[in-house]
Amino acid sequence: MTSPILSVRDLERRYGDFIGCTDISFDVWPGEVVAIVGESGSGKTTLLNCISGRLERSSGSIQYHMRDGRFPDLADLSEAERRFLMRTDWGFVHQNPADGLRMRVSAGANVGERLMAIGDRHYGEIRDTATEWLGRVEIAGDRIDDKPVAFSGGMRQRLQIARNLVTRPRLIFMDEPTGGLDVSVQARVLDLLRGLVSDLGLAVVIVTHDLAVARLLSQRMIVMKNGRIVETGLTDRVLDDPHHPYTQLLVASILES
Amino acid sequence: MTVVIQETGNALLSVRQVAKSFTMHLRDGVILPVVNDVNFELFAGECVVLGGPSGVGKSSILRMVYGNYAIDSGEILIRDRTSGEARDLGAGDPRLVLDLRRDCIGYVSQFLRAVPRVSALDIVAEPLVSRGVDRAVAAEKAAGLLNRLHLPEALFDLPPATFSGGEKQRVNIARGFITDHPILLLDEPTASLDAANRDVVISMIQEKLDAGTAILGIFHDQPVRDAVATRTIDVSAFSARKAA
Repeated sequence: MTSPILSVRDLERRYGDFIGCTDISFDVWPGEVVAIVGESGSGKTTLLNCISGRLERSSGSIQYHMRDGRFPDLADLSEAERRFLMRTDWGFVHQNPADGLRMRVSAGANVGERLMAIGDRHYGEIRDTATEWLGRVEIAGDRIDDKPVAFSGGMRQRLQIARNLVTRPRLIFMDEPTGGLDVSVQARVLDLLRGLVSDLGLAVVIVTHDLAVARLLSQRMIVMKNGRIVETGLTDRVLDDPHHPYTQLLVASILES
Repeated sequence: MTVVIQETGNALLSVRQVAKSFTMHLRDGVILPVVNDVNFELFAGECVVLGGPSGVGKSSILRMVYGNYAIDSGEILIRDRTSGEARDLGAGDPRLVLDLRRDCIGYVSQFLRAVPRVSALDIVAEPLVSRGVDRAVAAEKAAGLLNRLHLPEALFDLPPATFSGGEKQRVNIARGFITDHPILLLDEPTASLDAANRDVVISMIQEKLDAGTAILGIFHDQPVRDAVATRTIDVSAFSARKAA
């Protein structure tokens, strides 16, 4: 059997006396999508930011399986190692594409920048790879020199996805990736994500308040309330046979389509 | 000639002392019992029909065996096709359930859950693709099944969201039948089909049985049941509501 790519134990983040998240333990395995769901203020984004090294934890451990086989705690990595992880082995898809893109450089440069960060220097190859990735996220090749400010919300989000995936990361964090999009655009982005995640065998931790998104993308689900995990399990089991009162409330609140 | 005693050793599925209830926390924690002390086994090449009136827990049993519903107690032992070991799906380990679904248990639900923008052909081919079968090979097999079920070819490349109930159900059936899973769960597969397609499904079921697949199903359709059933389990015997 393989081993987890990410392992979180007894994680806690406090803001003074206030608990952001506490008593959090879970594993993420290669190739699986784990959804963290809960309403605003449940601590899901705090948790995502802690495990992706964007926010300091108060206590607990977060171990990551490096490409070289080591399984260190993120806190024990050097700053250079941590940066390298974030630029290459990991991706982070923000709810607002403007947080994950450079809005005033071209679409091609947004994708190419991540390649240059891992040492690619050949301009023609970088441009070819960027064009290929724009195609994979359904952005026409003739838009490669346009800046994201000229793109629609859905296109920006697809560009952000391309920028993240171009370095062939192994683990992607996503924070409400379809949250800011019109419903009609959401379906396209979701379908794209679903296809890319399964084709590339990515491990994904996705934060969402939308249970339909969780059902579509994830195999496992973590339900959070007041900073704590209240229920975990197979996604369809949690949604079709919810056990915790809060999960039952969430599921009962979905509009039937 | 030796008599083969069907012990749990060669059952593909062994359900032991399973109980299931729902606790409705939004209704003051009222407990809705579903089934108690469910015990049965399923062997290669047989089609076991879950019988009994509506609401007695037939679909719930299928969902438990698929890991879609958690159980309160008991064991659901599935024979792992690779190792030959019995593995307890009822314990609810998500990764085990996913492994067993990929390799051992197929399921045709009553309704297709359509995914936006994914074509009928890709939906049918997906269980093979996820097991590492080449996409083109999987697509060809998917097309063969859809043709057999008389789905117009013009629909193959369209997402089923706009299909009729019968068309969606045929996509669902093709998806469930495309793999060679040793266990197949069928929840009223022919409910919304016309007679011609119903007959196609009957012969598809018979071919599975001939190949040694173990089938557990719910068939309200009498002609289908008569054609495929090798044994019936009366679920009323397990119903937790009868004594209430």
